[in-house]
Amino acid sequence: MGETPYNDGVLEIRWHGRGGQGAVTAAIAIAKAAVEVGKYATASPEFGAERRGAPVRAYNRVSSRPIRARTPILEPDVVVVLDSSLPPDMYLDGIKAGGLLLINTKRSIDEVRKMLGDPDIRIAVVDATGIALKTLGTPIVNTAMLGAFAKLVDVADLDVFENVISDLVPKRFISSNIESMRIAYNSVVVENE
Amino acid sequence: MERSMLRVKQKRVALNSNHAVAYAVRDVDVDVIAAYPITPQTTIMEKLSEMVANGEIDAELIHVESEHSALSAVVGASAAGARVFTATSSQGLELMHEVLHIASGMRLPIVMAVPTRALSAPISIWNDYSDLMNTRDTSWITLIASTAQEVYDSIIQAYMVAEDPRVLLPVMVAYDGFLMSHTYEPLNIPEDPTAIRELVPRRDRITLDIDKPVTMGTITDPRWYYEIKYQQVKAMQNASLVLKETSKTLHEVLGRKYEPVEGYKMDDAEVAILTYGGLFGTVQEAVDIIRDKGLDIGAIRLRQWRPFPSEELTHLMHDIDTIIVIDRAISYGASIQGPVALEVYPIAARMGVHVFSVIAGIGQRTVLEKDIMGIVNKVLDYLDQGVIPLRSIYWGVRGGE
Amino acid sequence: MSSSLPSWSELPPGGIIVEPGNSVERHTGDWRTFKPIINNDKCIRCMLCWVYCPDGVIRIIDQEYVDSRGRKWDIILDIDYDHCKGCGICVEECPVDAIDFVEEVK
Repeated sequence: MGETPYNDGVLEIRWHGRGGQGAVTAAIAIAKAAVEVGKYATASPEFGAERRGAPVRAYNRVSSRPIRARTPILEPDVVVVLDSSLPPDMYLDGIKAGGLLLINTKRSIDEVRKMLGDPDIRIAVVDATGIALKTLGTPIVNTAMLGAFAKLVDVADLDVFENVISDLVPKRFISSNIESMRIAYNSVVVENE
Repeated sequence: MERSMLRVKQKRVALNSNHAVAYAVRDVDVDVIAAYPITPQTTIMEKLSEMVANGEIDAELIHVESEHSALSAVVGASAAGARVFTATSSQGLELMHEVLHIASGMRLPIVMAVPTRALSAPISIWNDYSDLMNTRDTSWITLIASTAQEVYDSIIQAYMVAEDPRVLLPVMVAYDGFLMSHTYEPLNIPEDPTAIRELVPRRDRITLDIDKPVTMGTITDPRWYYEIKYQQVKAMQNASLVLKETSKTLHEVLGRKYEPVEGYKMDDAEVAILTYGGLFGTVQEAVDIIRDKGLDIGAIRLRQWRPFPSEELTHLMHDIDTIIVIDRAISYGASIQGPVALEVYPIAARMGVHVFSVIAGIGQRTVLEKDIMGIVNKVLDYLDQGVIPLRSIYWGVRGGE
Repeated sequence: MSSSLPSWSELPPGGIIVEPGNSVERHTGDWRTFKPIINNDKCIRCMLCWVYCPDGVIRIIDQEYVDSRGRKWDIILDIDYDHCKGCGICVEECPVDAIDFVEEVK
């Protein structure tokens, strides 16, 4: 488990994906895992008329004290991108200097850094699509992204996420999703601070 | 009910407010549920359907063809003595409107959850409180919750109050659509619902009974109607007392305390911001920031919309000279257009407190901490100029006011 | 004006009527202009008047009766004039014109 960029005591996470990739479920899993280990957390989808393929966002706040704000997250500490075809202007918007970008891609960190114009952030890459196709046989990448997230950000240990996901997905998909998480946990690559 | 209550064992879970409603409905052991799907209410009924299907709740779940029918179905079931539940939002609440009056007029202890939503036209599925504020004069007890925890607790309290023989009025529990209905957050719920069931014992009331027939909701000529309506006035007054008593019981049993109006950093405040629902959290954050800049400001949260807690609000407003009321609904053409601001006005007038009515968050237009700060600055500017506008301030509307 | 009527606190909540069947206390027969009178001699006991009466005021009385044609009946029919509104439906429906409809002298 990695470093914790908790600013002002609240860690703010923004998820970007497309309808059907499971960004909202991933955000819910973060909140449930954080609450499971005694932290305070919120998870909220960016609310709209949901449809498959449309860009979606979800937000998390995690803290050791109660969270009062119900505002959208405009300056996230962590941005998680489930679909690298989304426009970078969208997901980089407002990310804090030194913040963490975790992106689902087959590219290397250097390639991503170049593509994004060398921003002042840490970049982490994981091939969540490849992992999901192997474990689930379908490109639902949220659990792989959660596994990578668990490795990089101090919210809860991987086994807590595994328990949470076991409650959130249908029974017959539990083991394949847990496999996704574990592979991503072990294969995510991140820049040094 | 003088008996010592034991604090019940609870578990900490992350739920959204809609699911918190479903768990509370499960824990009070309802008999009949009827609702029609509408965003953002739908996930309440999805969760309840699941609970009925897997046997967690032993209730009849009636599929109906409209919200008018949903409320009518629970009116019938409640008249027959069942403990009932329904939920809706926005146009659904509008379609229920005439039945809202029938439910309260027949003195039926119905409980309804209302994740609030803007009204059509134009269509908005997003949050504001226009739907709820339109129910102002329907004689429903109305609580507005600010957290998922309070949503759970308020549903329990709603049954305790509604079924009290001194009250016998329906209760709405409202909260922000989407901003709360779909937001997961931590809350504590009892491990064993039997503790909750002891809070809501089955009590006798006059119901439809083939062995002891009665007639409900009959026609009343001008010699009778007024007295029956005055009974509702008294029942609403009694509700204030019963809400206080049940808040005390809930505090003992669940460890959480709710006031009809709640103050935040009001001790030395000269200016206060009053609001309701989930926005209160953001307002509290803003109050902390503004206090750091040196202004003695506090915040007030209205929880109990009906019956309106005039006395408690008077007490909280005792030492302030200005109150800013942020409404997320518009009373078109009114003297000041914030529905809650209108309600605060007569109290403030008696105390010589200036009232500023602010409209914000309409159709879920984002309200950030910096918006609250901007609103306060605007009010301070007015005060410097010695101007108290007799209209509302429309915060953030494009093109200016 | 209504000082002899119960106060708000004396009424059941919501004005629920708790004495079942109290509509008999209202003598709707006062409304009548024409009065139906059953001629038990012409009556064939088909009971259509009983079926059609919207107010349930046709009374069936267990009483032996022999009509002018020598036919024996176990019952006679009568009308509850306290509640008959004089609508005339029974008069219209009677297949043997056994119900007279006469202006009431009040």
